[in-house]
Amino acid sequence: MGGGLYETSLPQGPQKRTKLQQESQKSFPAELLELVGSEGDFQQKLAEAILQEKKDFTVNVHIATSLPLPSERDHLRPQIDMIVFMIDIKNKYSLKNVEDSLAYVDAKFFLGKVCFLVTGVGRVNCCSVDMNAVWKLGENYCSPVLFCELELEGTRVATAQRLLRMLQICAGYVPGVSALYFSTLMTTFSS
Amino acid sequence: MESAADGPAQPRPSTGRPSWGLPFGRARRRSALSPSSRLPPAPRRTQVKAGAAEVAEDTQRTAFLLRKQWTLYSVTPLYRFSEAHLRDYSRLLSAFVAAEKKKGLAVEIGGELDIKVSVTSLPDLKGSDRDQAAILVQLSSRSSASPKNSEEKVIWSGWFCCVAGDELSENLPEAFTCLPLFLVNGAESNTAIVGTWFQKTFDCCFRRLSLSPFNLSWMAAMWTGCKVDKPASATELVFSVPRLPHPLHISYAINLEDAQALWATIQKTPGEITQEEVDVFMDCLYSHFYRHFKIHLSATKLVKVSTAVASAHCDGIIKFRQSQYLTGVLMLLTELAICQIQ
Repeated sequence: MGGGLYETSLPQGPQKRTKLQQESQKSFPAELLELVGSEGDFQQKLAEAILQEKKDFTVNVHIATSLPLPSERDHLRPQIDMIVFMIDIKNKYSLKNVEDSLAYVDAKFFLGKVCFLVTGVGRVNCCSVDMNAVWKLGENYCSPVLFCELELEGTRVATAQRLLRMLQICAGYVPGVSALYFSTLMTTFSS
Repeated sequence: MESAADGPAQPRPSTGRPSWGLPFGRARRRSALSPSSRLPPAPRRTQVKAGAAEVAEDTQRTAFLLRKQWTLYSVTPLYRFSEAHLRDYSRLLSAFVAAEKKKGLAVEIGGELDIKVSVTSLPDLKGSDRDQAAILVQLSSRSSASPKNSEEKVIWSGWFCCVAGDELSENLPEAFTCLPLFLVNGAESNTAIVGTWFQKTFDCCFRRLSLSPFNLSWMAAMWTGCKVDKPASATELVFSVPRLPHPLHISYAINLEDAQALWATIQKTPGEITQEEVDVFMDCLYSHFYRHFKIHLSATKLVKVSTAVASAHCDGIIKFRQSQYLTGVLMLLTELAICQIQ
């Protein structure tokens, strides 16, 4: 029932660019969820909401402002089960940040282990981002696009529950449902 | 990925109605068989055109609209509104205003002000003949202390208009009038009184129209491309930085010629603007700013755009500066109002 929060600050200076590789299958009891986004506070709050949810497996949440992750900790990092890219509709820079980070993700992740989370949808009047571009991103990378509002506690908890369920599927803990099947289901019915 | 932009490509006079995909929740056209065309076509709009040089009278009649701050509202269609009865509406509204003013408040010192209401039509402010002519409501006061040398001073103006509002007016039943945009200049109390009367009489609904930073960036790009005769002021963008203990506003002024030169290199089809072109324009401005100040303007909120044609604030406040582009700007605002209603 444990779980931890890891944080990486923005990589300083020129970094050796490494592709995020999926490690060979190991039977890890803990699942790792990666949250990538330039959000700050709400990213933290979402991670805490996820960890507070009642569950019968261990979840670790790793927060990063962008990819690539610093290469010095590669050997310490356990296998990542799912990556969630957070885009704030009030912040055009967050979309650019996500687009740039996508280049550093290994292709195998796009078989259902990546999801785009659009936040701040409660404030449509402050929308700076072109929604068509977000839809197009989801379509180009064959990944579902979810919408949420992290300012409100209720939707934050609901989003945490959704992500947790998806994480379970991505880690292979739900028998009969694979990550690829589930993401195909999500992309077909998302609106 | 090309998807047939059938909406905007229709040969309609001066309207390039985009299928403006509203953020999430709006039904998008889906075809299960061709997954590549699931997305609505990228919005494109026609460039704001200078109105054909009309007779001097027209510009004079609408000259009072310029250089004033107008607050924007979106209005749902009016039920059983008739242009033939404008006089009756004036009388009814003036009785209502008088009654409201006298309600439970102390009598003003210096004699009561008579408030005269006039409801008139502005036939020039419309896009095509299919549009309803604009309706102007004015409250003017005359001090009853000295009735002889009193001048009527307009204390409040509000006008309904519809420019190229075909999208909404096409599907309306007969009894409804489509005037989706309402602009107000004057005290909030008077706005509330007039608004209440219209809501009760015509069963419509007023809602404040805010302009999102996304729409404002479209306006910045569209209006920069407009040719203006007189040497005009710079294009100014004001940004507000979120989540700081003290509010910080960044004002970014660009020389008009430079901005126009930049836009000229970006715009491909004269007379038409696409989302991509707007994005490139704004990205150029942001990266230039970043190069000098190391601040990512794209992470801030665009709150005000001020150009030679017009200036717009995100709270839904607009100021027209050029009469020749008045109709063009109204067309854009009508489109936004219709989006809000639907």
